[in-house]
This record gives sequence, C-alpha cells and structure tokens, in this order.
Amino acid sequence: MKTNIKLSARNINFFYGNTQVLFDNNLDIPSNQVTAVIGPSGCGKSTHLRIYNRIFELYRNQQATGEVLLDGQNILADSVDILKLRHRIGMIFQKPTPFPMSIFDNVAYPLRLHYKLRSKEIEERVEQALQAASIWDEVKDKLHTSGLALSGGQQQRLCIARALIAEPEVLLMDEPTSAIDPIATLRIEELVMQLKERLTIVIVTHNMQQAARISDTTAFFYKGRIVEVGNTDQIFTNPTNKQTEDYITGRFV
Amino acid sequence: MTTLQNARKRPIFFRKAATTILSCFTFLSLCLAISCMCWILITVFSHGMSAISPGFLLNISKPYGESEGGIANALLGTLCITLGSILIAVPPALAAGIYLSEFGKQSRVAIMLRFCANVLMGIPSILVGLFVYVLLVVSTGHFSGFAGSVALAIIMFPVIMRTSEDMLSMVPNTLREASLALGMTRMRATLCIVARSAKNGLATGILLALARVSGETAPLLFTAMFADTWPTSFFTNPTANIPVLITEYTTNSPFESMHSLGWGAAFIITFIILLINLTTRLFFHENKH
Repeated sequence: MKTNIKLSARNINFFYGNTQVLFDNNLDIPSNQVTAVIGPSGCGKSTHLRIYNRIFELYRNQQATGEVLLDGQNILADSVDILKLRHRIGMIFQKPTPFPMSIFDNVAYPLRLHYKLRSKEIEERVEQALQAASIWDEVKDKLHTSGLALSGGQQQRLCIARALIAEPEVLLMDEPTSAIDPIATLRIEELVMQLKERLTIVIVTHNMQQAARISDTTAFFYKGRIVEVGNTDQIFTNPTNKQTEDYITGRFV
Repeated sequence: MTTLQNARKRPIFFRKAATTILSCFTFLSLCLAISCMCWILITVFSHGMSAISPGFLLNISKPYGESEGGIANALLGTLCITLGSILIAVPPALAAGIYLSEFGKQSRVAIMLRFCANVLMGIPSILVGLFVYVLLVVSTGHFSGFAGSVALAIIMFPVIMRTSEDMLSMVPNTLREASLALGMTRMRATLCIVARSAKNGLATGILLALARVSGETAPLLFTAMFADTWPTSFFTNPTANIPVLITEYTTNSPFESMHSLGWGAAFIITFIILLINLTTRLFFHENKH
C-alpha cells in the first residue's frame, strides 16, 4: 500500500555551537500515521524532532543544515513564515506546559491567536478540543480555574487540547508521557491512536513498549544517526540491523 | 578491585565539627539580624509613640516655634513623590529587565547594561540627589517634588531592572518553547506568557524597591526640599516629605516638641515600610505555591 509522505527530512545535520549532534538524517514521515522515534538517551531523538517546527531557533548557538519538506515545501528555507509553520505543526513537550491562566483561556489561546471568531464559536471549539483530548469530563465544571491547578496527566492532556484546537496537520510529541503516571500515560496513548485519523504524529519515546503499542513506523536513532527505519512490527520482531536488535532486546552497551 | 574495608578512613569528627561550627555562625547571624531590627523598631516606637495623635496625622506641619504641627502634608508629599518615582522608573526598568533576560542575555550590550546597573546601585544616594539638583533644580530655578521623584527613580531603576531579570530568568524555557510552538511571536510570548507567569515576582521586586526608596533622605534634601504647605504645586515648588521632615525636626530644631514630632514621623514611615514588606511577602509569595 502506497502512503503519502507528509514530512520528509533530507540530509539533516545539526550543530550545538561547533559540536555536531545529528549526522545526515533522512526520514520520511507518512501521512496520518504515528511515527515513533526511539534510541538511547542523548542520541539526538529530541533534537531531530525540534527541527520540524524550527523551535531550536530560539537558541542562538543551534543550527541545522539540510532540508525538511512539508508537503514538498522546504520549511527550513528563510522565506518560510515561521508563525504559519508553527500553526501547521503543533508540539507537545516532555513536561506539561500550561500557561498561567484559566483552563478555558489556555485552550482558546491559539484560536484567538490565529483566528477572529465569535465568542460562541470559541466556546464550542474549546469544548470539542477538550473532548478530543479526552479531558472534557474532568474539567467541564471548572473551565475558569487555573490550568496550573490540574494534575500532571491532566495538564498534558490540556496541552494536547491546546495544540489540537488550531487544527495543525502534524503533531510533534517529545516524550509526552515520561513525566506522568502509568494510567495517564495509557489515556494519552489511546488518544494518540485516535488522533492519527486527523493528523500526522511524530512521537519521541524512551519507552519501547509504547513505541510498539502505538506507532506504525519506527525510526531507531543511535549517536545522531538514523540506524534503521521501518514498519513497527518488523522493527520489533525482525530488525535487519544488529544495533537495532541489541537495543530492542535490551542487550545494549 | 580491592575492597574498601582495609582502606584508611577519613576521621568523621572534623566533618561533624565543621557542620556544628557553621550552624553556630548561621544562628548567630540570625540573632544579630533579628536583634538589630528589634532594637531599631523598639527605639523608634518608644520615642515616636508619644507624638502620635489625631492632630499629628491630620494637621500640616508648622514653622519653627509654632505648636500643634502635624505631618499630613509631608505624608501626602511622600506619597506623591514615591508614586511619581514609580511612574518614572517602572516602565523602563521592566523593559530593560525583559531585554536582559529574554533578548540580550550574554550579548555585549546586555553585559554593559548589567555593569552600569551595578555601578548605579553602588552610587551614594546623595550623589544622585546632587546630580538631579544640577539637572533639574539649578536649570529650572526651583526645587520641586518632581525633581525628588526623578532622584528616587534613578535609585529604583537598577534595582527593579535586576530583580525583573532574575524573576524572568526563573521562568522555565519550556514555557517559552511552548508559546513559540503555538505560533506566537517572540514579543507576544514574552509579554503575554513569560512575563505573566513571573508577575508575582515582578510585583515583589517593584514593591521592595519602593519600600527601599520611600525612606531615602539625601536625594530629597536637594530636590524636593521641604515646605510647611500642602503639596499643591508638585512640579514647581518645594514639596513636603517625611524623610526631610525627620532630618529637619530631629537634628536642626532647638525645640523639644519638634524632636518628638520627628520621632513620630520616623515611627510612621517605619510602620509604612514594614507594612509594604509584609503585604508584599504575604500576597505575592504565598500565591506562588
């Protein structure tokens, strides 16, 4: 079956100052699928993910070369409007990042940022987004209390609702469950599997069971290089590369 | 590898002794700080309490030798001068703090700005008073409350700038990234999200700087001066204020009743500063957690 490629990294090299941390990364992210990025700590998984929405540009000493094609257009080009790009590509971080405002205002923020809408419609869309992030039932009676008062797992789902509301085409998730408890993790995993009908997801994870459970494609990173990319089932049952096999079976040095 | 069982051990006694000695020093410092503060408070209280009466708080100050003077005009004048200094100092100080923490960081301009602020903080306040005297009093030909505000603002500016920078730097980077990742501009992310989450810290910095300057005397001696009238012409005439009133009454006056009025005023200003500090800590620190 032929799938469309949503995002495509071509010959990506990445530098922290003079230290190169990514070497010639090439990765195709299929549309409406979950792509998992796995690998040991410090192998460049998160760094790779942070290129897709150019969030690394916040730091002056970080620099990427190569191309990232979003629907065929190179998003690393200077001519690309970074605000529009980040509207199309949302991101969830390792630690939940609620803004210091009410739950409602948190979720409505991107909507108010990118669109002019009547307040009635904002309310409807906030509800939809909170439902899509399966947190609506928990917060519907306290929409106007602070988002900071929620538990870690709830905060993370709040952030997912906030990332979803402006209808991005791609959602980047940087170890979204590493700071929250197993039950909340399960809910977020279920959520990710539902969401792929609507958008393309790239998820960085330390948890190999998680990658095996929720992803369609898996990419294995080691020391800044992409060692193996393939169908998740194949990667976890029959990896072609020795390093991949060692990592997946826990025989890694 | 050989076991550590036979290795020579470092004596534990000295480590424990060091801890004990350090704790003793800490405790002594604590006692020193508390006893100094209590001593000052008690002195001010015992000398000043007798002067406090409704008339003292409601009457305006009288020329030397007349009785039944109060401090109402000086209290209002101090209020005007400090409010004025806040209006002058806070906007640029916040802007500079935001610049240092969010944009300048370790750039050459930022390092220079920080250095200048440090020097400015170390300049004796009487020099600031002299500077504003030359700048605003000599050139316009009259003392004014406004000149006093400018002098206090110069003292506040570096303090507020540095505390704002510190408070903003404590906001985790993930919040900045999350804001930008939603498609906000740097400016919007800084003002609407980062500054907002640091707002308690920013307010604390401003109020503590206010408490710090509201008792400054030297800069006001050359600028606001003093007047036995209500502060009606803030921009063109000498304006009554508490710190100069205290100086004049307790050191320059031959009259015993004025000494007592000075102590009363000292008690009032101490009380106000204590109040500002306490409310700041209560309101803005508790909310954080």
